[in-house]
Amino acid sequence: MAKSYEEINEKIKKGRAVVLTAEEMTELVKSEGAGEAAGKVDVVTTGTFGPMCSSGAFVNFGHSDPPIKMHRLWLNDVPVCADVAAVDAYIGAAAISDSEGLAYGGGHIIQDLIEGKRIKLKSTAIATDCYPRKEIETEVALSDLNQAYLFNPRNAYENYASATNSSEKTIYTYMGILLPNYGNITYCSAGQLNPLLNDPDYRTIGIGTRIFLGGGTGYVAWAGTQHNPEVERNDNGVPVGPSGSLALIGDMKTMDSKFIRGARFHRYGVTLYVGIGIPIPILDEDMAVRTGISDEDIETYIFDYSEPSRARNRLKKVNYRELRSGKVELKGRMVKTAPLSSFKMSREIAGILKQRILEGAFTVSRPVEELPRDGGLNTLEERRGER
Amino acid sequence: MMKRRVVLTFPPEVVERPVISLMIRDYDVITNILRAEVTEGEVGRMLVELEGDGGNVKNGVQYLKDQGVTVEEAIKDIDLNDTICTSCGVCTAVCLTGALTVGPPDFKLTLDKDRCILCGSCVDACPFRLIKVRF
Ligand code: SF4
Ligand code: SF4
Repeated sequence: MAKSYEEINEKIKKGRAVVLTAEEMTELVKSEGAGEAAGKVDVVTTGTFGPMCSSGAFVNFGHSDPPIKMHRLWLNDVPVCADVAAVDAYIGAAAISDSEGLAYGGGHIIQDLIEGKRIKLKSTAIATDCYPRKEIETEVALSDLNQAYLFNPRNAYENYASATNSSEKTIYTYMGILLPNYGNITYCSAGQLNPLLNDPDYRTIGIGTRIFLGGGTGYVAWAGTQHNPEVERNDNGVPVGPSGSLALIGDMKTMDSKFIRGARFHRYGVTLYVGIGIPIPILDEDMAVRTGISDEDIETYIFDYSEPSRARNRLKKVNYRELRSGKVELKGRMVKTAPLSSFKMSREIAGILKQRILEGAFTVSRPVEELPRDGGLNTLEERRGER
Repeated sequence: MMKRRVVLTFPPEVVERPVISLMIRDYDVITNILRAEVTEGEVGRMLVELEGDGGNVKNGVQYLKDQGVTVEEAIKDIDLNDTICTSCGVCTAVCLTGALTVGPPDFKLTLDKDRCILCGSCVDACPFRLIKVRF
């Protein structure tokens, strides 16, 4: 019994849609089967809240008088790319402060702006006939900006690697602090709540899909950078390790810093925790099967991050139920596991999105264009003198 | 007489040896174990108060170090700002005593002060700097 996007939206508008979170759907599919669930349920909501370094924001400051064509730009002492027109800029989440180093950076500026705080702006320029000014120092807040929107090149990774450390020394990584001699294992995925893992064939999540982003509304803009659907998939049809990803866009002026937070990983650097929720229309039984996935069905590999190499040693395959239990067997010992993304917040986001759909405030959208289902990853090769 | 509060970390191979009782016997140091998390075959950690003659405490600590035990000054307390804690769980990765945990049913971060040995490891780990040390 297939349903169309239009039929589902009609039900949402009339307040008659049945909406479940991905976890509730998993329970229903388990108890009643995918066929029954597909008939009953219209939309399943997913959620994730984790560190997503490939994030940032485009902002426009408006023109000063006399005007300036910003060349070098600092916001709260953090260097920001101003090489787009005169007063446009891109705040990269991973940029770090000239004065505070790894302790403060682009992710924190994005959070501070969303919280309405004033940010110090300093810029220098090469004077031109139409932009005669050479420098400016002032303060700006989000409400002063003409536009401010997140444009995150790679978010909502469909699964991710898990990390441990075989060396004798503690190492500080984007996967957190990894203790020596396999002292701990970290992982980073919302698992059964993760958006793409609930639609692994990208049937409903595509370019143009309306989503929950940082508390406000956003859209899928493009396939994410390093989108790599051709990795190994398990019997449940989901990738084992990092694969699909999304480029996302959304208006910062509608966001809430509870769902978008600057963060720093000790001795690694600055990042942005991004809260994302994506609704999945249950068009047919296949979508019910897909959204019925549980942590147990999703696997990843534990890698040894002590090797500073692109090709790290793969130690073991584990599923997310094992990882979330707090301990995993590795090298004959029970090793403590810890998440980087918040399962509690992921769940909360899926719940909020469910509520918005039930209230008729959020509808599902047919992708304007589908995400690529093939294509692998290139690497950066070092070449010299070849033309 | 002097008093010192220290955090002791025992590598798995040292956990099985009676280093504490030998230190008490040989160096005459009154040793008050305030908290301990020790399991055979795993890294063990302990918060202890050492009391005794200045020279004895110093020699006792040196003895522990010679046995492969890491000795660090303990902090007074930790302060967790749990109103804005995201329950991400990053801090739990370095908390070897299991004082900090995220788990079912609600996956909310919990701090069990009875298991905390005040090692301070979690302070650097929190990506939002919500854990502060009190000296
Ligand atoms: S100080 Fe932090 S890391 Fe150390 S035992 Fe207490 S809670 Fe755990
Ligand atoms: S790392 Fe910080 S934000 Fe995350 S659970 Fe621990 S205290 Fe809370």
